[in-house]
Amino acid sequence: MYLVISSYQILLKEIVSEFRTRYALNALIMFVVVTISMVLFSIGTESPSQDILSGTLWIVIFFSAMSGLSRTFVAEEERGTSLTLRLLTSASSVYFGKLFYNLVLILALSMFIAGSYLFIIKEFIVKSYDIFWLTIFLGSVGLASASTILAAIIAKANTKGTLFPVLAFPILLPLLLTAINATRLATEGAFFVEALQEFQILISFIIVMITASIMLFDYVWKD
Amino acid sequence: MTTLKLEAHTVAKIYNRKSIFQNVSLAVKEGMSFAITGKNGSGKSTLIKILCGVLSPSKGTIALSINGVLINYPDYYPYIGLVSPYLNMYEEFSAEENLIFIKRIRGLNSDTDERIKFLLNDFGIYEHRRKEVRNYSSGMKQRLKYCAALVHQPPILVLDEPTSNLDEYGIETVRKAMKLQKNHGALIFGTNDKDDLRFADQIFSLDKLEIGN
Amino acid sequence: MKLWLKIGTAVWLTGVIVLGLGIPMVKVPSGFFQFPIIPGLEEKARNIIFHVPIAWTTVVAFVMAMWYGIQYLRTKDIDYDLRSVSSAGLGMVLCVLATVTGAMWAKFNWGSFWNWDPRETSIFILLLIYAAYFVLRSAIEEEERKATLSSVYSIVAGVTVPFFIFVMPRMMAGLHPGSLGDSQGKGPVLQMKMAPNMLIVFLASLLGFTILYFWMYSLKVRSMRIERQLQQQSE
Repeated sequence: MYLVISSYQILLKEIVSEFRTRYALNALIMFVVVTISMVLFSIGTESPSQDILSGTLWIVIFFSAMSGLSRTFVAEEERGTSLTLRLLTSASSVYFGKLFYNLVLILALSMFIAGSYLFIIKEFIVKSYDIFWLTIFLGSVGLASASTILAAIIAKANTKGTLFPVLAFPILLPLLLTAINATRLATEGAFFVEALQEFQILISFIIVMITASIMLFDYVWKD
Repeated sequence: MTTLKLEAHTVAKIYNRKSIFQNVSLAVKEGMSFAITGKNGSGKSTLIKILCGVLSPSKGTIALSINGVLINYPDYYPYIGLVSPYLNMYEEFSAEENLIFIKRIRGLNSDTDERIKFLLNDFGIYEHRRKEVRNYSSGMKQRLKYCAALVHQPPILVLDEPTSNLDEYGIETVRKAMKLQKNHGALIFGTNDKDDLRFADQIFSLDKLEIGN
Repeated sequence: MKLWLKIGTAVWLTGVIVLGLGIPMVKVPSGFFQFPIIPGLEEKARNIIFHVPIAWTTVVAFVMAMWYGIQYLRTKDIDYDLRSVSSAGLGMVLCVLATVTGAMWAKFNWGSFWNWDPRETSIFILLLIYAAYFVLRSAIEEEERKATLSSVYSIVAGVTVPFFIFVMPRMMAGLHPGSLGDSQGKGPVLQMKMAPNMLIVFLASLLGFTILYFWMYSLKVRSMRIERQLQQQSE
């Protein structure tokens, strides 16, 4: 019960803090707009295959996640508030608070990306919306679950900026490949059951990542 | 008053292959005012962080028991209030918001609101409670840290450089709080200030440790 | 390591190399010193004696690095970190070797150096994980923190590796024997129906490379321990 209360408080604090400081949000929205425009310009008058467009969608989501999700821990470390937080609550509350904040952030972000991608890029046609949105949802949860522990690691390192995608890419690759495949299925108009195995992989990835993170977070948080 | 006992047994901290201190053994009991001294770089702040459970020792053990119950190291956060130069408040929130966040995250009940008001008053920042912390002077920030450390009425109050950044009025308030803490539980502070040291029942010096493995 | 084991390993591996490269390949083999010709592979089949054992030790090295990472987190004994990083360092070298021997084989058998078949992709990911591990280590100055964070990273990376086994075959067509679509798909080696004498040389190579790895590993650990002691004394 205490875990729920205090991680909820951390989530709340992060959200309010984000709306006051706008550290991540404005920059992220601009990032999304810029990258989608670049995709649009590079397509030009060509009509690329759905495979390629599904891939680019996830490239945009991956890099926006990489530029936004490390913020939570890096900010605590930079402003010297991580000691304060360590004195206030348990490591697992911090982990869950940050995980849910990252989840909210990446969900909002990838919905925004997917929506504008569908709207702006005319060549990208989704036929099975149920598969598409479930993939976006599960893919985002997977991104958040792997990024939270990595962000905690990176916050303690000296060079923070470039490190995140380097560390995250090999770990996120099975997730990204599965998500791209499921998105391709959605553009092909596959039935829901045909994408079932993709969803199973995504869900088990999330479970494995969160379980490993809970077990390891203590070591990262109180080194 | 509770019976409490915080013990360190042959604690050592090695940081980047260099030993900061070794063989630290000490015991703090209720009603005690325990001072830690040592010249700059002797590891006062490091030892304080280890005692608070926010930094793990390289060797040795820490044990805290309250009313005969051994508390699992390093989950000491419900029992400790710390004021330290390494600790910052959230700058984009006001003093009141910071304290309410602390109240909620610690899962304290609504009686605490009165206590927050009382503390803000006591430390003379009640009029500034709605101001964002980023606009605070360093002295006001130090006062706010005291409020933050005392919100949950911790059995152990730990102070690192208790009177730094404070004016006369601030120092007086801190002295009062230190005396009060002795009756309420235990007080640990790290300092080299002679005036501060007069408040100590026992002084532990990091300069006089035996060097050995 | 004992002297006889060192000499033994050297002799053993020399034997493996001589036999692996020297035994002639004939259509109808008779006796131990003749390998059968496998249609489509011909002389290139000899690479299996070197490529597969190297790839195998790469995985052993990675598992050991992860295992000592876990031990470090449990005990906070810096010696475990030395072992972990030594194993990872060797694993990285072996991983490059496995990639190179594999790419050469791929060029002559499948037409190009790189085809993104599941196993090629997996070794590429493993290479990326090793590289990221060392990038992370170089980004942290403080020794204990370096050890802790890189151990955590190797474990997090380690738990995702099994996903590739499920994910990769669904993404791309396999070229390696034992891939999905391969009718008797069982695994790269077992399925190849190796001639018994070739199998013996292959297994001897597997054993030889594994012992060689442990030899190099113990050398690396010892030299790192000495290096660390020297640094400590000079400080």
